[in-house]
Amino acid sequence: MKVDIKSEKGAAIAVLGGEIDHHSAKAAREQLDSFIINMQPEVLALDMSGITFMDSSGIGLIMGRHKLMRECGGRLEVTGVQEGIRRVLRLAGIERIVKIS
Amino acid sequence: MEILNEIRFSMPSLSANESAARAAVSSFIVQADPTVEELSDIRTAVSEAVTNAIVHGYRGTSGRIDLVVRLLPEREIYIRVRDGGCGIADVKKAMEPLFTTAPEEERSGLGFSVMESFMDRLSVRSKVGQGTTVTMRKKLAAHGS
Repeated sequence: MKVDIKSEKGAAIAVLGGEIDHHSAKAAREQLDSFIINMQPEVLALDMSGITFMDSSGIGLIMGRHKLMRECGGRLEVTGVQEGIRRVLRLAGIERIVKIS
Repeated sequence: MEILNEIRFSMPSLSANESAARAAVSSFIVQADPTVEELSDIRTAVSEAVTNAIVHGYRGTSGRIDLVVRLLPEREIYIRVRDGGCGIADVKKAMEPLFTTAPEEERSGLGFSVMESFMDRLSVRSKVGQGTTVTMRKKLAAHGS
């Protein structure tokens, strides 16, 4: 999985690409967490439009970052969610917790 | 069970093989001409089963994971994922949504829920100290429907 983070005036976008599974989530998690802790953005958007596959590891990835952003006084959003990924997110009821578009 | 076609493969429990297992299963299943959605469902279910074997079955150790994928009559797909790992003491509990024994790895506890909802049938047989076998079936929609 590829993670490309762009940041401007407290708002950050992390553009994710490729496949999210247990294997790939680990490096993405470390990269995102180090950015969140160092930069303390007010809003972090995970742009999932380039994600071609996601299993339940993606739920852990999103929920973990949501928790960390909240602890840092910020907010996580998820954008660019395609149908296959939306069905996994729906199972977890994530749409009730994190803004998904 | 009448088997129209079958592949079997075995791999060490390395997390890099999660994507390899998905790719192998989907390249075999393509011959049954599944929809994009069906293929995505099956790939996701396989990923969950293989990840469970790696994260839970062989937790802190390593071993082999054996997969069997069959094409059955009436466009039914059969998938078996077997590990020789630690086994599950309480399968019913393990299958409860959100139950996880690996929160530090950010496991959501939804692996079995995904398998259940993306496949038609799911069976989990496990023996402590001997391993776990997950069997899943899914009937693909009839052509032209």
